[in-house]
Amino acid sequence: MSKSAFSRRGVLKSGALAGTGLALPTIFTASSAAAFTNNPTGSSVTLGFNVPQTGPYADEGADELRAYQLAVEHLNGGGDGGMMNTFSSKELQGNGILGKEVKFVTGDTQTKSDAARASAKSMIEKDGAVMITGGSSSGVAIAVQGLCQEAGVIFMAGLTHSNDTTGKDKKANGFRHFFNGYMSGAALAPVLKNLYGTDRNAYHLTADYTWGWTQEESIAAATEALGWNTVEKVRTPLAATDFSSYIAPVLNSGADVLVLNHYGGNMVNSLTNAVQFGLREKVVNGKNFEIVVPLYSRLMAKGAGANVKGIHGSTNWHWSLQDEGSQAFVRSFGTKYGFPPSQAAHTVYCQTLLYADAVQRAGSFNPCAVVEALEDYEFDGLGNGKTLYRGEDHQCFKDVLVVRGKENPTSEFDLLEVVEVTPAAQVTYPADHPMFAGGALGSCNSGA
Amino acid sequence: MDAILLQILNGLDKGSAYALIALGLTLIFGTLGVVNFAHGALFMIGAFCAVTVQRILNLSYEVVDETQKDFLGNPLKVKTSYVESWFGPEMGGAIIDWAVPIAILFAIPIMILIGFVMERGLIKHFYKREHADQILVTFGLAIVLQEVIKYFYGANPIQTASPEALSGVANVGALFGTEIFYPVWRIVYFFFSVVIIGGIFSFLQFTTFGMVVRAGMADRETVGLLGINIDRRFTIMFGIAAAVAGLAGVMYTPINSPNYHMGMDFLVLSFVVVVVGGMGSLPGAVLAGFMLGILEAFASMNEIKSILPGIDQIIIYVVAIIILLTRPRGLMGRKGVMEE
Repeated sequence: MSKSAFSRRGVLKSGALAGTGLALPTIFTASSAAAFTNNPTGSSVTLGFNVPQTGPYADEGADELRAYQLAVEHLNGGGDGGMMNTFSSKELQGNGILGKEVKFVTGDTQTKSDAARASAKSMIEKDGAVMITGGSSSGVAIAVQGLCQEAGVIFMAGLTHSNDTTGKDKKANGFRHFFNGYMSGAALAPVLKNLYGTDRNAYHLTADYTWGWTQEESIAAATEALGWNTVEKVRTPLAATDFSSYIAPVLNSGADVLVLNHYGGNMVNSLTNAVQFGLREKVVNGKNFEIVVPLYSRLMAKGAGANVKGIHGSTNWHWSLQDEGSQAFVRSFGTKYGFPPSQAAHTVYCQTLLYADAVQRAGSFNPCAVVEALEDYEFDGLGNGKTLYRGEDHQCFKDVLVVRGKENPTSEFDLLEVVEVTPAAQVTYPADHPMFAGGALGSCNSGA
Repeated sequence: MDAILLQILNGLDKGSAYALIALGLTLIFGTLGVVNFAHGALFMIGAFCAVTVQRILNLSYEVVDETQKDFLGNPLKVKTSYVESWFGPEMGGAIIDWAVPIAILFAIPIMILIGFVMERGLIKHFYKREHADQILVTFGLAIVLQEVIKYFYGANPIQTASPEALSGVANVGALFGTEIFYPVWRIVYFFFSVVIIGGIFSFLQFTTFGMVVRAGMADRETVGLLGINIDRRFTIMFGIAAAVAGLAGVMYTPINSPNYHMGMDFLVLSFVVVVVGGMGSLPGAVLAGFMLGILEAFASMNEIKSILPGIDQIIIYVVAIIILLTRPRGLMGRKGVMEE
């Protein structure tokens, strides 16, 4: 019988030592710099602002950048504090985020998914950005959101209106403050019913990409629920500039409403062409022909000039709102830059403050802690009334504005007037609504 | 029937822009042998000449109105244009209203000058280089020009309206005993392009200058041997081609609000038009311009799209492929052009 080389005491000693040795790195990891992607260890924290600085949405990108710079100034204690003073959460003290000075880097999305992903990747890997935010296109937002999920950083979406951003393409690390196509439909439908009745024939011209498709689906569903008939849904190439050959068939289609699911340059041109063809003076089926632009932007309305007069649409926010938060933001932005902010500027300013506040409340920059702090978070004072960041899909639910092109503008900024503030309850939908089905939020990724 | 007539009209006005740009491209290629990818940028600069004239006419001074407030609650600064204060509200308003037609007078010398500077300053150094080099340098120039415009005018479209009197619709169908309403300005654009195209053809056909240019296009070397300074004439033709593109741009502004990228939107299509028409053939460029405009309009009809979905986006290229397969020199191409 051979005697074992291992004694009971020896095994216990070795086991205890090995256990301690194995446990040590775990203990250190929990509080170490490598706990999550780009954990800020110095006296500052870097945010990445990824906006279109070139390309067709460069003006919107420039306005977003102005708002980001203003938000950073306010977070670091500069300026008049803007909406930090009206924000329902009082965690932000003007001493940065968790006492760290806020710094930022910028990237150019060029309104192209690949360029946006490349600039976001560079800001995460080279500049150490702990959060990425921005964008003026749903295609870009969805692409960057996916990248941030993989990289383990938070993505606070800018101007993106497609249902898919918080629908089939939603991600646990991504959050959207801006409204979406469904909400536009839900807000517009009652107003359209009051204005134009329930017996209408609608003709849709739709930009042929993710945002256009989801908006067309949302508006058609909302108007059909009113009793309207959808005569035709025509997809137009995103690169189209002259829409006359798409407008001409509308004249003989029997339609009495034209819905333009277009944004940006597409919207300016299609609306201009529709007005040129005399649609607004046309009478069909004994009714005045009407045009609807479901998603309005003041910057784009400027390009369409007098053509927007009297035409209804929806927006996320407008500078003429009289609540405390909106007024504080307009005063702060207007004093610094000399003109009122756009809805794109408003949403990105809110997103920056909401992120900073979430970090402050969580006491950590860890993306998973931030996700937890933002999920089902209710707040007020940021210009849209009481707002909920729903945990199930990371979509903000708040009031939506129905607006109309102003008949007699008093200045170059006074292009739209608010017709109705649609309450949040009216635009809220269940998280498993068919228009938003097909994707899963998944779990947060901290990059650890 | 009405729908077909409507799309023919639509095709003619779309074709007007294609024909005018393609005409200029062909003039430059036929005379100087240069493939000018900056031609779309010249169209865009022409459009911004109209924007500039509109801005000049709207130059104004500010008067503080204590009774009104701006968005920050400060007294509103009310703008009054100098033109209106000099000529009175009625006359001044009418001058501002006619900014686009007035811009034609402004654009002609500006565009000729830009054409001269472009040709003498850059393009002449590339006459003896490969076509690929010419394409690269002119394409680079186009990008530079559009970035310059974006720097000064921004990226968003700028509304430039037609005169009030020409902004409605006209019943074109009355000619055929039916009712077809079509935008007046688009009809004006079509006739404007017919006049410009007619003017260029007459200039080349009935003047001595034009005769020399045509001779130079056919055989540059022999014309040079006769002691004629053909280079100087070709430079002038470059200026004229630039002016044609510029005028097409000026008149296009009420149709679609101009932006810095509009030249690129037309460039590729215009090259297809030139290739389909036949490299170096002026009548070919005009014919192909109108033909492709009409085909594009018909391809956008719902009846056609229901049979061939997406045909509206590729029709021009499909036709180009068919024509080049059956007639490799294009519709009216000359033997020997770009074949050496």
